[in-house]
Amino acid sequence: MKRLNKIYTVLIFMFLYLPMLVLIVASFNTGKDITDFEGFTFRQYSALFRDRTLLTLLWHSLEVAVLSSLIATVMGTAAAVGIHRMRPRLRSLVLTVTNIPMTNPDIVTGVSLSLLFVFMGVLLRNNTILGFWTLLIAHVTFNLPYVILNIMPKLSQMDPALQEAALDLGCTPFQAFRKVTIHEIMPGIISGAIMAFTMSLDDFVISYFVYGPSYVTLPVEIYNYTKKPLQPKIYALFALLFALILLMMVLMNLLQARSERKKNLQHTAHAI
Amino acid sequence: MKRNKHLLSGTFLLTAPYIVWMIIFILIPLGVVVFYALTDSVTGMFTLGNLSKVFTGAFPKVFGRSVWYSLVASAICLLIGYPVAYFIARQKPSTQRILYMLVMLPMCMSFLLRTLAWVGILRDTGILNTLLGKIGIGPLHLIRTNGAVILGMVYNYLPYMIMPLYTVIMKIDPLLIEAAEDLGCSSRHVFTKVVLPLSLPGIISGVTMVFVPAVSTFYISQKLGSTSTTMIGDVIESQFKSANNPNLGAALSLVLMVLIFICVGIMNRFAGKDNEGGVVV
Repeated sequence: MKRLNKIYTVLIFMFLYLPMLVLIVASFNTGKDITDFEGFTFRQYSALFRDRTLLTLLWHSLEVAVLSSLIATVMGTAAAVGIHRMRPRLRSLVLTVTNIPMTNPDIVTGVSLSLLFVFMGVLLRNNTILGFWTLLIAHVTFNLPYVILNIMPKLSQMDPALQEAALDLGCTPFQAFRKVTIHEIMPGIISGAIMAFTMSLDDFVISYFVYGPSYVTLPVEIYNYTKKPLQPKIYALFALLFALILLMMVLMNLLQARSERKKNLQHTAHAI
Repeated sequence: MKRNKHLLSGTFLLTAPYIVWMIIFILIPLGVVVFYALTDSVTGMFTLGNLSKVFTGAFPKVFGRSVWYSLVASAICLLIGYPVAYFIARQKPSTQRILYMLVMLPMCMSFLLRTLAWVGILRDTGILNTLLGKIGIGPLHLIRTNGAVILGMVYNYLPYMIMPLYTVIMKIDPLLIEAAEDLGCSSRHVFTKVVLPLSLPGIISGVTMVFVPAVSTFYISQKLGSTSTTMIGDVIESQFKSANNPNLGAALSLVLMVLIFICVGIMNRFAGKDNEGGVVV
């Protein structure tokens, strides 16, 4: 039974990775087609690095992802601390609204923001309102719930006596936050920020409704590309991003393993 | 007393920017959707015409198809995802971490390109048909079918099912299973009486996480399906991007939102009140 489950799991992982393998193989193809493998080449990679437009798009995606996750992390951390201190009724009201972008399908979030921007454009008599700022606003909006929902559990796990002690010892509330609270909730802030960053980097649906021709991100342009026959250098870009994300995940994994080993060592030292 | 006042004004200052943001960019946009749904695209006057259009013509069928495909995709994800989640949760912690990472990785890669790769695999001259041809099975018509659309959904959203399932199964105390075995349960009974009920919150949140994006998808059906597999997301997208009728698009979005709200509500009702709507992962 165990053996069977192992084989089964391997098969499912193959199912998950097969399309990505197809794309990576296609990035080394001399031909233009995704599946007709004609010969091995690195040409697509050199073509990719000469392509200013693709690199600009990638840069735009990174720019929006970094800025939006940063803004969402700062605003979301402050909000989470505030929400934590609210009276239960108000707290559950605010959390319900926070949940809306997570339970609503992306297309509805995208449509609603796009209509808001169009509406504002009409009011301001500005028909080029869609662009960098609308993208940034949309990304901050859908990143905020991830940040807040990652931090809230850490706040409720925290011992309230810690903060009181800091206040009793003469800290101002801000100092107490900076010296005590923030250290306790740091893991939540970091995982929220990472989640927001990856969500933002990969977002297509919401961006698609709020982008303007003046500022396009990579996923949106890939969608426009896939309406025509795809240029093979896109596969090269995919393969490079795959390698990069794999590397980042392996590194995170190693760091986590190391910190856990340290913790275990401390535990055994205490036991002795 | 003074400290309390300090804390309260602090709370207000901390949350105020977020509350303002939330009102402007979450609540007001939903209001704007309702406004557009209830106004005429030409005259700008109040009308129920957009909403009544949603319930006539081809739209109810498209809604029904979207819900049906996503339910089938959610069920398949649950059936094939559960054993994987169970397997991962029963490994030693370091293996668990690596496998969990491998489940997450596809979610970080462009879903457009990954779906496009399926076109290369499934089309009439694609990889699968070439392989089948080698063992003498003639080219099968795989792409542009409803099966291909459901396959695309299962492929794209399977990780969203495995993650919450893994999280709950991992937390089940092995002692509970041992106790059930000691009390004479067969392995099948251990599963149906202990493991399955305890993983219910994960099942509910997994099904929700697959169903909601699947029912509103608009790329998968364009690439893998045909005109007879058009889904509601495609229709909404075309209202905004090609047909240029945002009022009808808004009405369709509004109905989709309410529909999802009802579906998720029913699912949570199944889970019983003690689960409080499953876990957030």
